[in-house]
Amino acid sequence: MSEIRFELDARIPDGPLEEKWDRHRAEMRLVSPKNKRNRRIIVVGTGLAGASAAASLAEQGYQVEAFTFHDSPRRAHSIAAQGGINAAKNYQNDGDSVWRLFHDTIKGGDFRSREANVYRLAQVSTSIIDQCVAQGVPFAREYGGQLANRSFGGAQVSRTFYCRGQTGQQLLLGAYSSLSRQIANGQIRQHTRTEMHDLVVVEGRARGIITRDLVTGEINSHVADAVVLATGGYSNVYYLSTNAKASNVTAAFRAYKRGAAMANPCFTQIHPTCIPASGEHQSKLTLMSESLRNDGRIWVPKNLDESRPAGEIPEDERDYYLERKYPSFGNLAPRDISSRAAKEVCDEGRGVGPTKRGVFLDFSDAIEQFGKETIRKRYGNLFDMYSHITNEDPYQTPMRIYPAPHYTMGGLWVDYNLMSNLPGLFVIGEANFSDHGANRLGASALMQGLADGYFILPYTIGDYIAQTPRDQLSADSVEFKETETETRARLSRLQSGSGKRTPTSFHRELGELMIEACGMSRSEAGLLDALARIPALREEFYQHVSLPGERANLNLALEQAGRVADFLEFAEVMCHDALARDESCGAHFRVEHQTDQGEAERNDEDYCNVSAWEFTGVGSPPALHAEALELETVELAVRNYK
Amino acid sequence: MSTATSGSSRPTTFVLGGLSSISAKLLMALTGTGLLIFVAAHMLGNLQIYLGQDKLNAYAKFLKGMPLLLWSARAGLIATFGLHLGLAVYLRRQNRRARPQGYVVDDPVETSLASRTMLTSGLVIFAFLVYHLLHFTLGVTNPATHSLTDAAGRHDVYSMVVLSFRNIYVSGAYIIAMLFLGLHLSHATSSIFQTFGLTGNASRGWYQKLGWAVAAILMIGNISIPVAVLTGMLGLPEGVAQP
Amino acid sequence: MKLTLNIWRQQGPNDTGQIVSYPAKDLSPDMSILEMLDKLNEELIAAGEEPVVFDHDCREGICGSCSMVINGVPHGPQKASTTCQTFLRSFQDGENIYLEPFRATAFPVVRDLMVDRSAFDRIIQAGGYVSANTGGAADGNALPIAQQTAEDAMDAAACIGCGACVAACKNASAMLFTAAKVSHLATLPQGQVERSERARNMVAQMDEEMFGSCTNQGACSAVCPKEISLDWIAKLNREHIRSRVAVST
Repeated sequence: MSEIRFELDARIPDGPLEEKWDRHRAEMRLVSPKNKRNRRIIVVGTGLAGASAAASLAEQGYQVEAFTFHDSPRRAHSIAAQGGINAAKNYQNDGDSVWRLFHDTIKGGDFRSREANVYRLAQVSTSIIDQCVAQGVPFAREYGGQLANRSFGGAQVSRTFYCRGQTGQQLLLGAYSSLSRQIANGQIRQHTRTEMHDLVVVEGRARGIITRDLVTGEINSHVADAVVLATGGYSNVYYLSTNAKASNVTAAFRAYKRGAAMANPCFTQIHPTCIPASGEHQSKLTLMSESLRNDGRIWVPKNLDESRPAGEIPEDERDYYLERKYPSFGNLAPRDISSRAAKEVCDEGRGVGPTKRGVFLDFSDAIEQFGKETIRKRYGNLFDMYSHITNEDPYQTPMRIYPAPHYTMGGLWVDYNLMSNLPGLFVIGEANFSDHGANRLGASALMQGLADGYFILPYTIGDYIAQTPRDQLSADSVEFKETETETRARLSRLQSGSGKRTPTSFHRELGELMIEACGMSRSEAGLLDALARIPALREEFYQHVSLPGERANLNLALEQAGRVADFLEFAEVMCHDALARDESCGAHFRVEHQTDQGEAERNDEDYCNVSAWEFTGVGSPPALHAEALELETVELAVRNYK
Repeated sequence: MSTATSGSSRPTTFVLGGLSSISAKLLMALTGTGLLIFVAAHMLGNLQIYLGQDKLNAYAKFLKGMPLLLWSARAGLIATFGLHLGLAVYLRRQNRRARPQGYVVDDPVETSLASRTMLTSGLVIFAFLVYHLLHFTLGVTNPATHSLTDAAGRHDVYSMVVLSFRNIYVSGAYIIAMLFLGLHLSHATSSIFQTFGLTGNASRGWYQKLGWAVAAILMIGNISIPVAVLTGMLGLPEGVAQP
Repeated sequence: MKLTLNIWRQQGPNDTGQIVSYPAKDLSPDMSILEMLDKLNEELIAAGEEPVVFDHDCREGICGSCSMVINGVPHGPQKASTTCQTFLRSFQDGENIYLEPFRATAFPVVRDLMVDRSAFDRIIQAGGYVSANTGGAADGNALPIAQQTAEDAMDAAACIGCGACVAACKNASAMLFTAAKVSHLATLPQGQVERSERARNMVAQMDEEMFGSCTNQGACSAVCPKEISLDWIAKLNREHIRSRVAVST
């Protein structure tokens, strides 16, 4: 394995915060139109970030190779985002501004993100809306024809743009339509049902990828001047999450194993209002809009092993634990706090539902107060969705909810240009760590994905390409051949297992271990225990995983096994990160660091930084590089939701 | 799976002379509208049988008195019908190719019997039409009744119809054919509006009902004649004998 | 509960394929059809047999990946629902269930229940976009759009591209899909410039892909998980007429 020791340089431009991006744009080198035609860029992933980047780069004149393991670019999981997309338009004249969006995002991330990146995100947020409108994204409108906004996720201003409950879908279809146009123009070559298996590094630069055609099993090399990863997050390390079934860490993790740093992997967001698992068979979890907490009251029975139906439990035997613990915020306590509180009451054995991992979200008071019709108007769609999935009527019996992993703030480390420490490897969207710190605000994921893809990467990648001379590197070069051979060897190793366990059974076991040890709350003992158990599980996996079928063919079990194998290694990096970050911040809650009231306690003195991890070999602890965060404009404050 | 730019590896000879599937459907609707108007006019003409021998025979003489108009109308009708039929066969062939392999278990949703059997009902109507022309227009099947003349020396259409329909098999053939016509029109009429893009969510139900009404009126109107003959409501005029 | 699963197994596009029966037991009515297949696949893999291949991903009814015909109906008996959101409680204990791939020349079977729907992508590539390069867009509010217009466009844009409309249509017609996309953009002011060209090119591509023609029956809309209305087909017909008579700008 290559032993690259590296220095991390965030390359943040000089100058006042407000001017950094404009100055940087003015200073970046350009590639002439004639030269762009001869430069090739690989984009892996066609979600919001990938599709928008591929389309924008193709419009500029680059040759783009777009890869997706789906049957169509339109299937990427960005499509499932419901709520909306933030932008500092201040259309509502309620005092919003670039500064306020920036400040909210930094504060929401519990002061663990880069000021310069976040400020730029807020700056370009307004252009995203304009671009999407121009593409024909049918945003909700007011009667006068102006764009409508709503307040989302507890924000004090209305800056969220939306398309009913399908904002992610419409934004993705917009980016997909631009991508499709460039495919028709011949500027983008599309590779569907093709999975990235490795990154090829030549003379210290990312120069291509190795892929497996998921239908034919063929292993192929693809050469380019730069590689862009837009491969999403890794919530599926927990097995049960709101992510799509195929979402995985493989592309990012293989890049990590080739020398790219992995930043803040333990920062994972666990969303409080999901539909609980109904049993062992549960394959994924479904998110319901957080807006339900505006009118629903959350409670569990006071008694352990309560067996009466919800309606028969008298008022004085119910524990409205959020209202009790956080009187001022009550049921609207932030995501991480309410998720953790739900876990605590279930750990005490007071959970409800068939699996006892659930709490009630009760609308009976709201229905009494506002009437059933008003509640139907506000939440009808969500109630329908809930009753469709659970076969229970939320107008009659309280809903059951439970937190579920939802988004991962961590990811591959990138500098201000969205380039990783490996020159030529760019990482955008959820796959990078860049903007959300230790916790992401609602409606900010879509914003970041599109900011990266439409308005940041297309400029910064040009600066890189302008500095690298064109050459005649071919897929026959020794680096590509070697990496291909290693890919085949990895597949052989997976297939050498002799046993009766399925890849999914290992995935499920890993997930249970991770949600316990590195989920809503983490402890030193728990993390050390996990770090002892994960290698054993990995060992068991390679020995006993059953993979029927051939490699040179469509092989579901082999696809799953490859992804599970990476999760089995990646989980260790997460635990190391959670262990090393000896503080609580944002979604990362170390039980050792809490106030008397059970609040997260940050340690700004020692941990106001980004932890970036370097691969040192499978099973050996990764090496930590800490990038200090210089917070110059924002004042560090303690969250208080009492 | 790699897909370079656009285009398909499948043969591209599918489309008839650049005629898009929607244009083909528009032509179907257009020719269908023509035929529907003809069928309606034809029925109104036929119903004059209830006004008696004189009126009907006069109407027939009136039509035959304008040979240029009559023959151009006939030519137009033949062309319209031919186009309608030809397009139906062409579209069916395309549609077969679009789904060569069916389902092991098939549970058709939402479709009516009429809509699934348009080509069958259309072909039955076509077969009937051939017989109908041989019968009443050319008189090949019944030279005796076809050569009758009335008191005014006109072609005695009235008696020809009554005498023909007294035969239960002839009447039966006409009645069955009209049932198929009704079936065909019950889908065709509303379909015309949809193909021309005239329907909206609110109006679709109304057009469907209109389609059923048109089909029912045309079917019942035409069937009433053989039924009236068989039940004796329509009798032979004085002086005409059963041959 | 118990079910007998009769599943279409086909090695590849050139294999003939056949129905294979699998007894399934210890099922929960709360399982989705896909979770039932997960369970079957777990058992098959553990036994060293090849799992049943099917497309799926988000499992919340929005990505449009899942695609199978359940007892003769695309996405199964539940109205306005995808396969992933169809639960076993829709079936009787002991019932025989038939799972087949979408059938259309334009959707060749890749393997088992998985089909190739790239024809839809090519229809979009033929014109399902507004040619607006990144950058240079006017302010979002510069172009007021009536609320009802935006809502109408959203109704059409809600299509998830699953292909159930094609699977349900006896002619394997893609009119509902094409109509939804053409109408979404033709309804909005942003889509006006390329309106005629778009309708013409997308319809031409639809024909090229060997989809059948529309016979105005409505099976497509009846099985559509997003309940896309037949209105849009009427609109596509209008757009088509318009594209033939209007001078393209």
